[in-house]
Amino acid sequence: MTNTKETTMKSGYAAKRKLTNAIVYVILSVMVLIWIFPIVWLVLQSFNTLDRVSTKLFPEGFTLKHYQTLFTDPNVPYGRWMLNTFVVALFSCIISTLFVLMVSYALSRLRFKSRKKLLNAGLILGMFPGFMSMAATYSIMEIFHLDGQLLALIIVYSSGAGLGYQVAKGFFDTIPRSLDEAARIDGATSNRIFWVIILPLSKPIIVYTALTTFLGPWADYIFVSYFMKDNDQNFTIALGLYQLLDNEHISTYFTTFCAGAVLIAIPITILFIFMQRYYVSGVTGGAVKG
Amino acid sequence: MDYLDYVQMTKGQRFVYKLKSFFTGIPRAIVGFFKAIGYFIKKFFVGIGNFFKGYGSRFAKGDAGTKLSYVIMGAGSMMHGQIIKGLIFLATEIGYILFMINFGAKYISKIYTSKLVFLDSLPDATTGYYKRGTAAVGRVVANVQQTLTGTTITNKKTMDNSNEIILFFVLTVLVTVAFLAVYIANTKTAYNTQQLRAQGKKPASFGEEMKTFLDDRFHITLLTLPILLLIIFNILPILFTILMAFTNYDEEHLVPMKLYQWVGMKNFADVFYADAKKSQTFGLILIWTLIWAFFATFSNFILGIIVALMINKKDIKFKGFWRTMFVLTAAIPQFITLLVMRLLLDDKSGAINQAFGTQFPFLTDWARVTIIVVNIWIGVPYTMLISSGLLMNIPEDLYESARIDGANAVQQFTKITFPYIFFVLTPYLITTFVGNINNFNVIFFLTRGGPEDPTTYANGAGKTDLLVTWLYKLTKDQNDFRLAAVIGILVFIICAVGSLITFNMSKASKNEEEFS
Repeated sequence: MTNTKETTMKSGYAAKRKLTNAIVYVILSVMVLIWIFPIVWLVLQSFNTLDRVSTKLFPEGFTLKHYQTLFTDPNVPYGRWMLNTFVVALFSCIISTLFVLMVSYALSRLRFKSRKKLLNAGLILGMFPGFMSMAATYSIMEIFHLDGQLLALIIVYSSGAGLGYQVAKGFFDTIPRSLDEAARIDGATSNRIFWVIILPLSKPIIVYTALTTFLGPWADYIFVSYFMKDNDQNFTIALGLYQLLDNEHISTYFTTFCAGAVLIAIPITILFIFMQRYYVSGVTGGAVKG
Repeated sequence: MDYLDYVQMTKGQRFVYKLKSFFTGIPRAIVGFFKAIGYFIKKFFVGIGNFFKGYGSRFAKGDAGTKLSYVIMGAGSMMHGQIIKGLIFLATEIGYILFMINFGAKYISKIYTSKLVFLDSLPDATTGYYKRGTAAVGRVVANVQQTLTGTTITNKKTMDNSNEIILFFVLTVLVTVAFLAVYIANTKTAYNTQQLRAQGKKPASFGEEMKTFLDDRFHITLLTLPILLLIIFNILPILFTILMAFTNYDEEHLVPMKLYQWVGMKNFADVFYADAKKSQTFGLILIWTLIWAFFATFSNFILGIIVALMINKKDIKFKGFWRTMFVLTAAIPQFITLLVMRLLLDDKSGAINQAFGTQFPFLTDWARVTIIVVNIWIGVPYTMLISSGLLMNIPEDLYESARIDGANAVQQFTKITFPYIFFVLTPYLITTFVGNINNFNVIFFLTRGGPEDPTTYANGAGKTDLLVTWLYKLTKDQNDFRLAAVIGILVFIICAVGSLITFNMSKASKNEEEFS
């Protein structure tokens, strides 16, 4: 008697659990559909035979011609934009990563008089809206005749790197100080400790910093749009694609935009998925401690 | 409530207690904020006092070399046997003097009073009059006439440029500050070597000193270049922009063809009360910015946790698949995903309205709601990623005991999961809130700040504009640099005060007295 009661209870519990699981599956599926739909739409449209925005949700035909347009139409120097972005991203990635490592090592592992002041100053500087001084920076570039040049973009993206030390500093803070002290007793200088002890341990943070700084220029619109004005040979991908959707271009280049967006999104998405675990530890690293 | 009471509480009670003390702590945090400001001001003046005390006493106790280095930099070092170091100091002094004579003095003298009124365009070829500059008001006119009666200007180079003058003025000030630092270091080192010699020790040779840059002074080696670039391309422009807020630099005073001048606090007065339309625009945009930041932050936060909970639920299969599907939207650059959303949602040409033959005003009448919804689409994957890891840290026995007490899934969420994540992620929430105040992408790519409403909004602002998108439009489209500068300063103040108060609040619980 008791036995059957238990089994019915158990099966009732199991049935209830199955039901909740089913509900969760349904909700997740619906959400994923909503989340994925715009991306699927973009990909499908990039193969559409039309040039303008389609009046139907799904494409009328299939063609690869828009991917060809990207590399043949002189009005859409897509290859050039890609190269520009790559050059800017590469250089600002190298400079930024170096700077971030230098600054965060100094602020995390070394003790000196003005350290606290520098940390506070960094905190305050970081609160100014990033592009508030855009016009002022532009006039500095004008004086150096760098306006409209890719070098200006590299400088803008990497000069602020000294402020991006928080994540890397948080990482360095977790490396036991006893390592430094042991090395110091053996007569190592701060310089040697940096190269021999800290750097080999910081591979994750180097990867994280390099990837984020590399991805930055691919997504930035604000500075490029202000610094490049109409010099479309020096556009980066974001600005180039954006202006394909201008009122005057959208009717002829809409699908080309889709193709260009798909093409650029693929490598960036792969990079991001590759670095997502670094991203999470980077963001929560400080949060969990604080 | 003392410690004993606290440890006797159940975990749930502790959360309630913490939540309560979080909100009751707000007034104290505000007091703490002002205390901290007072503390910094006090420390600043005490620092200045100590500085002059040290400066004077070193001079009084110094020998001839030390005293001489107060006038001729490096003299002390050289007389104390550090020849190369002394020469470097001397070279710095000479370099600075030459810099001031040839460059700095010019801009320092021009920054003040009527000299900031600069001559602008070339004279008209036929009339000999200045076509544009004469339209400028007040002192500009006086200056233009003055120059007209003088020698003819043939070369654009000889003409003043307001931007250059302010920029080089700030640069000169920064160089001077740097020089003063070197100057003080020069007197200190002279005094220190003097004392070393008095003790019968030999001062470090130049080579030995250089070696310290790889060890005791390694931070200088590491920080010099990043900070230098930061000063030139971040701090210098920020100072320049702050100064812009006190000028009339706008569309009617564009360099290099025209000049602008100081107007004092006028721009701030305009934004706050003097100009009815501007102050109304500012007020409306500020309120919308805060509403937006609130909804954007918390909608993402709550929904992100719920999604993470569903994916991480024990019996749910294909966790990696679900997660990747959501992460896809986060991985694609925002300008692409947001532009796609705009193409889908546009009122007339949008794919959705066309496909269904509807006329939903997604990006006009409903724009504010649409933006928050689209932001959920953009932002939930991020919160999902971040809270996924944290969910695994919640001790399982909390849930077990809750289940034994008969708590259902909703109660478990509101009483355990949410408070736990809320407290762990408070710093993240603060940064996200500040980030949303500064969120340019979502607004700009979806609506460009529109729908525009020129009757209520001044200077090209629209209904969905945030302060920062308005700032961008003011800078890029309107050339209204003075207003943009004022907005930038105000955004900074809002963000800084907000984060300092919350920062203080989390710090206040740990140590009330320590602010340094």
